[in-house]
Amino acid sequence: MIEFNNVNKWYGKYHALIDVSERIGKGEVVVVCGPSGSGKSTLIRTINRLEAIDSGSITFDGEDIHARGVDINRLRSRIGFVFQQFNLFPHLTVLQNCTLAPQAVGGLSPAQAREKAMALLGRVGLAHKADAWPSELSGGQQQRVAIARALAMSPPLMLFDEPTSALDPEMVGEVLLVMRDLVRDGMTLVVVTHEMGFARDVAHRILFMDQGRILERATPREFFDHPQHPRARQFLADIRTPNTAAD
Amino acid sequence: MIDLIHTYWLYFLVGQYPQGPLGGVALTVLLAAFALLLSMPFGLAMGLARTSGRRALRWPATGLVYLVRGIPLLLVVFWAYFFLPSVTGHKTDQFNTMLIALVVFDSIYLGEIVRAGIQGVPSGQYESARALGLGHGRAMRSVILPQALRSMLPSLVNQFVSTIKATSLGYIIGLTDTSFIATQINTQVFTKAPQVYLLLSLTYFLLCFGLSRFAFALERRLGRRTSSPSPAAPAGSAA
Amino acid sequence: MPGFDLALLLHGQYHDWLVAGLLVSLKLAAVVLACALPLAIVIALLRLAPHRALRAIGATYVEVIRNVPLLAHLLFWYFGAPELLPDAVKEKLYAGNFEFIAAAIALTLYAAAFMAENIRSGIRAIPAVQFEAGRALGLSFLGAMRRVVLPQALRVTVPPLLSQAIIFWNDTSVATVIGVGEMMYQAARVETATFRSAEAFVFITAAYLVGSLSLTALAAWVQRRWPVRTF
Repeated sequence: MIEFNNVNKWYGKYHALIDVSERIGKGEVVVVCGPSGSGKSTLIRTINRLEAIDSGSITFDGEDIHARGVDINRLRSRIGFVFQQFNLFPHLTVLQNCTLAPQAVGGLSPAQAREKAMALLGRVGLAHKADAWPSELSGGQQQRVAIARALAMSPPLMLFDEPTSALDPEMVGEVLLVMRDLVRDGMTLVVVTHEMGFARDVAHRILFMDQGRILERATPREFFDHPQHPRARQFLADIRTPNTAAD
Repeated sequence: MIDLIHTYWLYFLVGQYPQGPLGGVALTVLLAAFALLLSMPFGLAMGLARTSGRRALRWPATGLVYLVRGIPLLLVVFWAYFFLPSVTGHKTDQFNTMLIALVVFDSIYLGEIVRAGIQGVPSGQYESARALGLGHGRAMRSVILPQALRSMLPSLVNQFVSTIKATSLGYIIGLTDTSFIATQINTQVFTKAPQVYLLLSLTYFLLCFGLSRFAFALERRLGRRTSSPSPAAPAGSAA
Repeated sequence: MPGFDLALLLHGQYHDWLVAGLLVSLKLAAVVLACALPLAIVIALLRLAPHRALRAIGATYVEVIRNVPLLAHLLFWYFGAPELLPDAVKEKLYAGNFEFIAAAIALTLYAAAFMAENIRSGIRAIPAVQFEAGRALGLSFLGAMRRVVLPQALRVTVPPLLSQAIIFWNDTSVATVIGVGEMMYQAARVETATFRSAEAFVFITAAYLVGSLSLTALAAWVQRRWPVRTF
C-alpha cells in the first residue's frame, strides 16, 4: 500500500531521513519506534505530505505522493492522521468536528455526515458527547474524538503520531482500546509510539529507527526477545519497564 | 465653563445640522465607524495576503504595509485632497476625502491585526485541517479564521479608538468635525480658549477611554490577557 | 496638470523651502525623542511603583494623554495654555518661535505616554522573580530596577520603541496645524505658490519613507545584533 523508495530529507544541514526504503502492505499494522530525534515522526508525516522530501519517492496505492500536480487534498482524504496534540477544532462541537470534512470534501449531505459521525462517535464510546465542546472533554476523550474525526472519511490507511504521549497515564488505555478495535477490523495502521505493550500485542511488524535510518525490521516477538542491532538492544534496555516481560 | 457647555452643547455635538451639514461629535463618530466598516474587507484581504504561502501575494502586501506605515496619515489625506479631484473629475468634499484616506490607513492596520490573529492560532489547527483533506481556502474559512477573528475583537475596538482620534485631522482640510467646531466656538467666544480646548480634550477622552474600557472588558471576557501592545493598533497613529 | 518638474525639487526657492521643512521636522523629532524617553521611563516606573498613589498618577497620565488626539493636544498648548499666563509672558511667547515650543511640548507628552507603555510591557516581560532576586540581595526598588530589571528589559523594549519612533517621526506632520514650518507645512506652501502639488508631496513622501525605513532597518539590525536572551 505504501512504498518508500530511497527517501532522503534534510532540515537545512541536518539529515533527518537517510535512504529510507520500506514497504507496508494492506492490512498491516506497523509500529515505528526509536529514541527521540530518530526521525520517526518525520517519517510518518511524509506519508501524507505534512513534511516534504528531498529525494526518493513515496507511493500510496501506486501513486507518487510527492510528485508535482498531485491532488494532495484528495490523497489526504484517503489517509487518516491522528496527532499527538489531538488538534480538535475548539470553535466547533465534537459532532461538528467530525462532520466538517465529510461535508466539505467528501460530498456528503449534512444528514449523511451526521449519521456517519454519530456511528463513529458511538464506536469510540463518545456518542453522548456529540454536542459538547472539545474544551469540556478530557485528553483521552479528545483523542478518541480525533480518531473518530479521522475515520469519518473512511480512509483505507490510518496514521498515528505518538497518539498517547500527551495523555495522562490513566487515559492511555482508553485510546489504545480504540486502536486495537481498528486492528481487529483489518485496517492498515502505521503507529509511532512508545507504548511497547501495544506494539508487542498488536503490531504485525516493528520498524526501529535511529538517527534517520530504519535499523531493524522484525516481528514483535523477534524484536523484543532477540533484537539484532546493538542500538535496538540499547533502546530496549533503556525503556524496559516492569510490565514488559524480562528475558 | 458650565455656561460654555450650556450654550454650545448642541453645536458641539451635531454641528449645524439640520441647518447645515452634520458636524461635531456625531460626525467624528460616524466618519470613524464608516471608515472602519469599509476597511474590513480590505483588511481581511491584506491579512490573508500577508500570511499567504505564495510570494506573489505576500511581497506586494508587505511592501504596501511598509509604504503606508512609513508615511503620516496627514500626508495620505493631503494626497487624497489634492489629487482625488483630478482622478474623479469633480471636487471631492472633505468628508469623502477623509473617508478614503482613513480607509487606506485602516485597511493596512486592520490587515496587521488580522495577520496577528491568524498567526496566533496554533499551527496544529491548520495541519489537522489539511490532514483531513481540506484545501487551503476551506481550512482558512472553516478552521483558522473563525478562531482568529474571535481573538481579534479587542484589537478591533482599539483600532476604532485610533480611527476616532485620526478623524481629528479632518480639521486641517476644513472638515467640520469635533476639533473644527471647537475652534469655531473659540473664535466666537474668544476669551475662554483654555476652557474650550480642555472641553475638546475631555470629549475625546470620554469617547476614547470609554471604548478602551469596553475593549478591555471584551478581552477579559474572551479569557485572554493583554500581552505587549499589538504591532498595529493602539500606538498613536497620526493624531 | 503639466508634467512632473524634477528641477523644482533640486534647486531654487521651493527646494529651499522643502529642505528647510525637512530640517525642522528632524529638529522636532530629535527634541521630542530626547525629552520623551526620560519622561516615559519615569511614567513607566510610576506605574510599577509599590505605592498605589504613585501607580494611579502614572495610569492617569497615560490614559488621559493617550485618549486625546495629538491634534487636540497641539491646539490646547498653542491656543489654550498661553491664555493662562500673564499677558506680558503671552506676548513674548507669541512674538518668538512659540509654535515650535508648543508642538514640542504636545508631542513630548503624547509620545511619552505611548513609550511608557512600551517600557512597562518590556519590564513586565522580565519574570518577576528577577526583581525579587534583586530585592533579596538587599537592593532597593530603584536599585533592583536599575541594576537587574532594566538592563534585561532594554533588549525586549528597543524594537517596540523603534516602532513607536516611526510613528512619532510621522506624527511631527500634525504640527503643521499650529503653523510649525515643518515638511507638511512647506509642501502645502509650495502647492499654494505654484499650484503644483505632486513634486512637493513626492519630496516629503520620500523624506518620511526614508526616515521610517531607516528606523525599521535599525530595529532589524538591533534585533539581530542583540537578540533577546531568555532561558
